[in-house]
Amino acid sequence: MAGNDIERLINYLSKLPGLGPRSARRAALHMLKRREALMVPLLKALESAAENIKPCATCGNLDTDDPCAICANPERDGSLICVVEEVADLWALERTHSYKGRYHILGGLLSALDGVGPEDLNIAGLITRAGAPEVTEIILAMSATVDGQTTAHFVTDRLKGQDVSITRLAHGVPVGGELDYLDDGTLSAALKARRPL
Amino acid sequence: MSAALSYSDPAYPGPGSAPRLALNRITLSNFRCYQTLRLDPGAGLVVLTGANGAGKTNLLEALSLLSPGRGLRGARLAEISRHPDNNSQTSAPEWAVAAEFATPHGALSIGVGWAEADGERRAVRINGAAASGQTALSEHISMVWLTPAMDRLFVEAPAGRRRFLDRLVFAFDPAHAGRLQAYDKARRERARLLREGRADESWLGALERNMAERAVAIAAARLDLIERLKRAIAEESGSFPRPEIAVRGVIEDWIEQRPALEVEENYRAALERARPEDGDSGSCEGVHRSDLMAKLGVNGPDAEQASTGEQKAILISLILAHGRLLARLKGRVPVLLLDEITAHLDSARRQALFEAIEDLGAQAWLTGTDEALFTPIRQSAQFYSVANGRILKQETHG
Ligand SMILES: [Zn+2]
Repeated sequence: MAGNDIERLINYLSKLPGLGPRSARRAALHMLKRREALMVPLLKALESAAENIKPCATCGNLDTDDPCAICANPERDGSLICVVEEVADLWALERTHSYKGRYHILGGLLSALDGVGPEDLNIAGLITRAGAPEVTEIILAMSATVDGQTTAHFVTDRLKGQDVSITRLAHGVPVGGELDYLDDGTLSAALKARRPL
Repeated sequence: MSAALSYSDPAYPGPGSAPRLALNRITLSNFRCYQTLRLDPGAGLVVLTGANGAGKTNLLEALSLLSPGRGLRGARLAEISRHPDNNSQTSAPEWAVAAEFATPHGALSIGVGWAEADGERRAVRINGAAASGQTALSEHISMVWLTPAMDRLFVEAPAGRRRFLDRLVFAFDPAHAGRLQAYDKARRERARLLREGRADESWLGALERNMAERAVAIAAARLDLIERLKRAIAEESGSFPRPEIAVRGVIEDWIEQRPALEVEENYRAALERARPEDGDSGSCEGVHRSDLMAKLGVNGPDAEQASTGEQKAILISLILAHGRLLARLKGRVPVLLLDEITAHLDSARRQALFEAIEDLGAQAWLTGTDEALFTPIRQSAQFYSVANGRILKQETHG
């Protein structure tokens, strides 16, 4: 049916989250019809992103600069570190405009059944950061799933003995709810009403 | 003791006057033996009669899938699709059940369906809008069922009784299902770590805390339901037995003696101590081992020693008491699905059952092979005869 190049394009597109084979075909066709207006600019954006975006060595956020814009921003409150699972969660919290501290991205959650252990997550980096004198509070914002709570307990245990208070988002975050899916108001309220573990 | 959960106890609305939940219309597509089927039974009792294998249970299964969970057969969703005729490959591997309910809050339409792309999730629509999964169903629908497979509930392994009890809890407290799942996940995670010999103290400790928090909530919810059921059973006036019931398990036993927070800490510490043995055995102590105990009466024999008919009567007593509790505390009488319900019941018990259902005011769907056994409700029920995946409405003879 379609030539090799088109099939390869569709094949890659269909590997994107949320795109099945059918929507991948539609997306490919859509781009091919709008070559100059969409496809070429997208290509340039992809190239530039692939070349320039890297994880922040401090917090794990994705940015063109390292340290990232949040870590480098002197206006942000360096006494707070909010621990999240993925960059998408950081974005969700940033959308609320109600958090002025810094972040730490674990890069996943502990799950023995899925073969994800502490060594696969950026936990060592968090422990080092928590030891810095300006840090006074660590906010655990993992999702309310079993893996999220296990990871929260784990991090709490590893931070034992450090001179920081550990809090978590208030309930109101539904069980199994991932931060990225919560509306900004809910998240903002959960953040304000955070409480000690 | 009465555990953490608290429900207000509004006055019992009185026999027959509790708000009824009823299926007014049901439509099946491609569901087991039914290519398409539509029934408009009205709000009263429904009797389905026909030979074994005629498709009576298939219909009850379809209804049961309108409530959360895997339905009364516990089947995989993909198994349910009607098998295409041997010479036709055109039948799509998908099925749907749509229903119109009358509820205390007005009419409600619910559709559930499955297509191959859905995996093990079924799509749920409530009043025409996509709902966020099965738990949304529990806000609207309560269903309780008895099937012939449950006739041996008291003589078989504890797992079946535990599942039965947890379903009863879940009808009051939809969060119970999530807690059970979470507990189970944490338990399997811990077992995996121990089996792999990963002695990460923090990780194991985190999982054990997780387990302990959930286990205490699960045990408390079970105990709470048992207490309420006992009171509802004591009020029972019909000729069904008034069984003595209890839930037995390590955590449940502790909670009856000590504050919940202390139990949580004790259980967590016990898990921590038991790591070496649990690693060897691959199992552990916990609420996944609890059991529902029943006796025929205060001084009666254990249920497993009672006759088959008496065991069935105990189950019916529990279901009826549960229905009354739901009516009182949730403001709706559940729909009862009673498959082959007359088996093992003598005529006095059958009569008592029909009266109790009418007292409760529930819409009950009853099936049986022998139509004559349902004669006492000839006037009040809608009768259907079922054969080869077809259902015929019988005109009532007044
Ligand atoms: Zn950063």
